Amino acid sequence: MTALGILWFALIAVLIAGYFILDGFDLGAGILSPFIAKDENEKAVVRRAIGPTWDGNEVWLLTAGGALFAAFAPAYATTFSGFYLAIMLVLFGLIVRAVSLEYRAHDPKWGKVWDALFFIGSLLPALLFGVAIGNVYAGIPLDANGDYAGVPLLGLITPFTLLCGLLGLSVFITQGATWIALKAEKPSDLQARAAKLRCPLACITMALFVAVSAYALMGIAPTLDPGLGTLRSVACAGVVAALMALFLASRETDNDLLPFLASSASALLLVVLFAASMFPTLVVATTGTSITIANAASSDLALAWMTGITCIGLPLVLVYHVLVYRTFRGRISADEANEY
Amino acid sequence: MEFLTDPVLLARIQFALTAMYHYVFVPLSIGLGLIVAIFETKYYRSQSAEDAAASRFWIKVFTATFALGVATGITMEFSFGTNWADYARFVGDIFGAPLAAEALLAFFLESVFLGVLLFGRKKVSGKFYLVSAWLVWLGSCLSALWIIIANSWMQTPAGAELSADGTQALLTNFLDAAFNATTAPRYFHTVDALLIMGAFTALAIAAWYLKKDLHTEFAMKTVRVASVVALCTTCLMVVFAHQSAVAVAEEQPTKFAMMEGAYNGEAMPLYAVGWVDEASQKVITPIAIPGGTSFLASGSFDTEYPGLNDLAKSGVYGSDFTEETISELPVNTVFQSYHLMVAMFGLIALTTLLAFIFTFRKGRIASMRWLQNLAIASPLFPFLAIEAGWFTAEIGRQPWVVYPATSSPEGVSLLTQASSSASVTSPELAITLALFLLIYLFLIIGWARIVIHLIKVGPRIDESGEANSEAARKTDNSSNSNVETSIGKAGE
Repeated sequence: MTALGILWFALIAVLIAGYFILDGFDLGAGILSPFIAKDENEKAVVRRAIGPTWDGNEVWLLTAGGALFAAFAPAYATTFSGFYLAIMLVLFGLIVRAVSLEYRAHDPKWGKVWDALFFIGSLLPALLFGVAIGNVYAGIPLDANGDYAGVPLLGLITPFTLLCGLLGLSVFITQGATWIALKAEKPSDLQARAAKLRCPLACITMALFVAVSAYALMGIAPTLDPGLGTLRSVACAGVVAALMALFLASRETDNDLLPFLASSASALLLVVLFAASMFPTLVVATTGTSITIANAASSDLALAWMTGITCIGLPLVLVYHVLVYRTFRGRISADEANEY
Repeated sequence: MEFLTDPVLLARIQFALTAMYHYVFVPLSIGLGLIVAIFETKYYRSQSAEDAAASRFWIKVFTATFALGVATGITMEFSFGTNWADYARFVGDIFGAPLAAEALLAFFLESVFLGVLLFGRKKVSGKFYLVSAWLVWLGSCLSALWIIIANSWMQTPAGAELSADGTQALLTNFLDAAFNATTAPRYFHTVDALLIMGAFTALAIAAWYLKKDLHTEFAMKTVRVASVVALCTTCLMVVFAHQSAVAVAEEQPTKFAMMEGAYNGEAMPLYAVGWVDEASQKVITPIAIPGGTSFLASGSFDTEYPGLNDLAKSGVYGSDFTEETISELPVNTVFQSYHLMVAMFGLIALTTLLAFIFTFRKGRIASMRWLQNLAIASPLFPFLAIEAGWFTAEIGRQPWVVYPATSSPEGVSLLTQASSSASVTSPELAITLALFLLIYLFLIIGWARIVIHLIKVGPRIDESGEANSEAARKTDNSSNSNVETSIGKAGE
């Protein structure tokens, strides 16, 4: 296991965390849309709240996928082919969602169809990412070639992985609610509905987090890297603290940015906790050999070049994000939502 | 229905289908991206309401198309893992990096500034908006560069060696791998083709307006821009296509032989049309220029190139490519694809020339019905050329997925048969293939509805937008009441 291998393990965790935070709020907004947006105008506001940024947010997933391929090809190959049908469902979800978002405003006649696709396309990935993460954590059977040897799709659904899926879903929805509460005009019915959801969602996420953690520790009994105990404890306490902060900020203050930041922090720390619990393994094998940094990392030469590319790319990406979030800061008026 | 039980074949069909489909929207995006940037530049200079409407029109058509390109692109990135796991394991040390770089360096750039194009007209300055339009186009060209780097490495591997256990290609030199023997010719060849596609699409829309006598001023402006872009890109294509052909002849002799249906070594004739009878190993054709292809590839009518049988006998390819396996090669498919591409280029050159001449000779295209009809049909030519070109490139590389090119390091090659995902079964592939067909069909109908709607509405001078920015200015306590400049200046 080389230093560059460890660096790329961490970088992929960062990319996944970035994805959970950023696409988290727009997938969450898509899931919430049919329930909290009561009319055409409110739906337009929800779409407009994520309109300028959802595409860039999704690029975090593409970058994470590309980085996994480049840095740990065996892990990429095994998970993507092993979770074949689940990945295809995620893919179909992301495809119809992307198109529905862009086409809804142009095509009012098919409005209901695009709305439905927007919802389903947001729900599928939000639920299945957690299931996938639950699987690599709990372990899957692998054959000698490192290929998944279990039952397609159904073999991946266990009480634990389902619970992980629900936790992920809950995190995404919470992100969505706090984002809409931040972006919708205040005061407005839509804003009030989104804001009201934050406290119950914080509680649900907390309950699911406790359930998943307890199950993971007692039911799965993973081998945890002893050197990262402190990081795990801090991340775990951080998730709890962030969710409590979300709850309190939503109840006690009038500030809508704080709940969003608290929710984002909980998403980030969940990924940190997951990565620290997995390290140095990428895919746990219940039969066969687990895929680890040591046996799956690309050569140091390849990783060094990728590190160089990242040193150029990452600062640029951050600049783009500052630019776009600054340009589109502030709440969205009803007029603005309809001018697309 | 034998193919329904062959997982490798099903995976290939799935990849071919999803790549072809993706490759409808990528050319339109990159091609129209340039048209958008040009029109936005025109508007930035003139600040006229008509140019504002024109730019807005192209942005709408562009973004409706771009969305499908983005959505269907995710499929491609995932498919190396989902459908081609053993391929991913073999090439991971090299092939993943360009994909990651594409996302990091190109996709972020495109997507962020696309957001500005879509929603930022009144939020950013005119200059920032203009720069955004160019950056979206630049981002899409960069993205094409990384994907061509990856694809060219499969065609002509370089900067790599086979690992000691023979299960992986390992990187030895990144720059050699990235800028391998065919990266440059294939990149320019491809991107130039995409620009032709964009120019022809713009030309077709404008010709339709001329025919219907709608938005004539906008239509004439568009034919001028489009025919200049078409002329430049078509002329450049002669050079780029030639370079590509030379690179194939040198680096990929089996592909070159399949393109011309050459089973036995000879100075290669040039066929306009033909049919390869794979059983008798003969090309049936009414016309052939002896040595014509040799001339195009080498500058001499006498240069001999080896045929498929010579290549098999030479033993260079070992058991991967023998006289017994020649009968399994899709020679006629490659031959037809290649010749379709060349024929389409003929039509492209003709259309470009006519459009250019009659646009700039007193704008006579405005009243020439037959030329308008030709222009309306013309996007079909680059579209077929582009798809046929990819067929030639990818089917021509069979039976390998990583091709053992002339200059490639020993042993760095992989058969397509050995590259798919062992854990993905035929029923799974068949089900998802059916779902892809359904969803993609639905999406293209949705796309066509919107683009047709946008074209019917046409470029409109946006009264409401001006009213809005008027209102915005009032709240900003600005006293400038010049309506024409308000669109660009609002939000500054």
